[in-house]
Amino acid sequence: MLERFNMVGRLSGDPDLVLTTVDAAVNLARANSLWYLLMGLACCSIELMQTGGPRADIDRFGSLFRATPRQSDLMIVAGTVTLKMAPRLRRLYDQMAEPKYVIAMGSCANCGGPFDLSYSVLRGVDKIIPVDVYLPGCPPRPEALTEALLKVQEKIRKERYFLKKEA
Amino acid sequence: MERAELISLLSSRLGSALLSTAEMRNDDTLVVVDRKELVSAVGTLKNDPALGFTTLMNHLGADYRDKLAVIYNLWSPALRNKITVKVYLDRDNPEVPSLERAFHGISWYERETYDLFGIRFTGHSNLKRLLLPDDWEGHPLRKDYVAPQSYNGIETGRPDLLDEPAAAEGTGV
Amino acid sequence: MSKYSTQEMVLNMGPHHPSTHGVLRFILQTDGEMMVKATPDIGFLHRGIEKIAEGLPWQSFLPYTDRIDYVASVNCNLGYAVAVERLAGIAVPERADYLRVIAAELSRIGSHFIGFGALLLDLGAVTPFVHALRERETFNDLMEMLCGARLTHNYVRIGGVSQDLPDGFAEQCRAFVDHVEHEFLDEFNTLISRNTILINRLANVGVISAEAAEEYTLTGPNLRGSGVRFDLRKDEPYSVYERFAFDVPVGTGRCGSLGDSYDRYFVRIDEVAQSCRIVRQALDQLRAGGEIRAKLPKPFTVPAGEVYVRTESPRGELGFYLISDGGKNPFRVKIRTGSFSAMTIIEPISQGVMVADLVAIIGSLDIVAPEIDR
Repeated sequence: MLERFNMVGRLSGDPDLVLTTVDAAVNLARANSLWYLLMGLACCSIELMQTGGPRADIDRFGSLFRATPRQSDLMIVAGTVTLKMAPRLRRLYDQMAEPKYVIAMGSCANCGGPFDLSYSVLRGVDKIIPVDVYLPGCPPRPEALTEALLKVQEKIRKERYFLKKEA
Repeated sequence: MERAELISLLSSRLGSALLSTAEMRNDDTLVVVDRKELVSAVGTLKNDPALGFTTLMNHLGADYRDKLAVIYNLWSPALRNKITVKVYLDRDNPEVPSLERAFHGISWYERETYDLFGIRFTGHSNLKRLLLPDDWEGHPLRKDYVAPQSYNGIETGRPDLLDEPAAAEGTGV
Repeated sequence: MSKYSTQEMVLNMGPHHPSTHGVLRFILQTDGEMMVKATPDIGFLHRGIEKIAEGLPWQSFLPYTDRIDYVASVNCNLGYAVAVERLAGIAVPERADYLRVIAAELSRIGSHFIGFGALLLDLGAVTPFVHALRERETFNDLMEMLCGARLTHNYVRIGGVSQDLPDGFAEQCRAFVDHVEHEFLDEFNTLISRNTILINRLANVGVISAEAAEEYTLTGPNLRGSGVRFDLRKDEPYSVYERFAFDVPVGTGRCGSLGDSYDRYFVRIDEVAQSCRIVRQALDQLRAGGEIRAKLPKPFTVPAGEVYVRTESPRGELGFYLISDGGKNPFRVKIRTGSFSAMTIIEPISQGVMVADLVAIIGSLDIVAPEIDR
């Protein structure tokens, strides 16, 4: 009868008990349900759609597309950002709730890409918003975008969620 | 219709509005028209039953360094002929009458030419910039255009790779 | 007489919105649910491609033509290459012409998948879009086998094509077009095209008469949906298109009026079947061996002159007006696209329709933002 209350003896063999920190548990939940904002601007948006599509399905990692910044935690900037679009992009980023992450997908979002020669293109989206993962390619394959998503998940798992360092 | 025949037909119908004609590649015919007679010339091209150039295929502006030009590509389903109508303009004050009343679909093409070249179309219902932001300065497709270094606080300059690296991390070119 | 006093509302649609046509913005003036005016505001993807062309050699501009219409990049490459070849007087070897037609028609099939898939996604049907993406993945695999890229193919070169057919391509390609024409289209039509909800949403919506279509310079499937049988592959043939037997589908008002959104949608479905026929005939007529690229002089210059060449891209007429001054770079390149003209008709058509119908009209015109803004 006393065995039922002997917690120490039961810890090592009990499959229903998990010990962890609150940070790790919350980060696991956050990383595996990253909802991304569809910021498909140009050619990379087709590869973004294919990544959400049937073959390279990122829904299996918990990511699905949202059309509104209020419901998303990840912004995947897919395509060329022109100077006319830049203020709108910044406004959408500001509307997303913290904690938020950004993947710059493709050459145009990283550094202007082939349109670096142009007069009306923003040379890299990091001029207006902070970027977490830069994904090169023109356009990057769905497998590459999946890896970028996994890198963001890795980054999230290492974060301290509740206690932030004072700046 | 054979091009030589078309050229003589055009000369007879357009009269003094026609400055010159030439044959172009791809079975095309170039017709250079005087700026002041453009509307009447295009009206003749479109409405004359022997010509019948009722379809507008394309419209663009061009900068030939010493002068500007507007170019219209028309198609006649009856004759099955193409024609390119060109009007040369001054660089300093490029103005040309709008063809919106003849071809409704040309409205946005003319706005784009105004946006990129600065050519004013008199009589256009809504001559505003189309592709560039409304507060953009300059007309980019002109040959003497210099792109600005910043726009509304965003740096748009393109660093020259041959310049001395000021704060470069030395990762190699 | 209404006993309510109403006020007009100004809504902003875009530039960021969940449809897949790209960054477009519409300023809608509505009286409740009825539209009074829809003013498009474009230029959010204006990347200055025409100005970039003036700074690059003739052949180096080909990758940029991919990005004019990234959903059907081979057709855009082909349009530019044919224009340069007509201006410079370059003869393309026969095998290269056949390979170009095969790639261009496969690209047309892939583009129409996105075309009607995006329309259905806009209407709220998410699953058919995923069906279309699934088939497009097979098309991506074929193009990757052929030229190495899934999306912006850059397959056509001035004077020919870049690579020959690899081993096994012909069999896989035949299997793909057979599957699309005989299995996929039947399944798609049974599930979706004959669906009552789709017919109710698209029939009699956005009726464009043939006169209005010609007045606003509509081309391609948008013009053919209004009943005008004009296809540049038959009326001004380029490459080797005159050697193939295929039909040109036009709208017939099968589920509503002639020239409504359903006609434009169904013309694209029929065109996929016709493209499959062309690919099969091209693979049959292709003979073994032969050059795939003409020899070009180095450095490559094009004699001075001007030319306007138009080809049939999936979204309409793709025209290139080239001005050459005899140098290594183009002097002026003007790209005339089908989606630009299609945007001009939205404002007149949108008076008196409901907001949801406006979304259906925009989707049925199959516009992509880079074609409009370049």
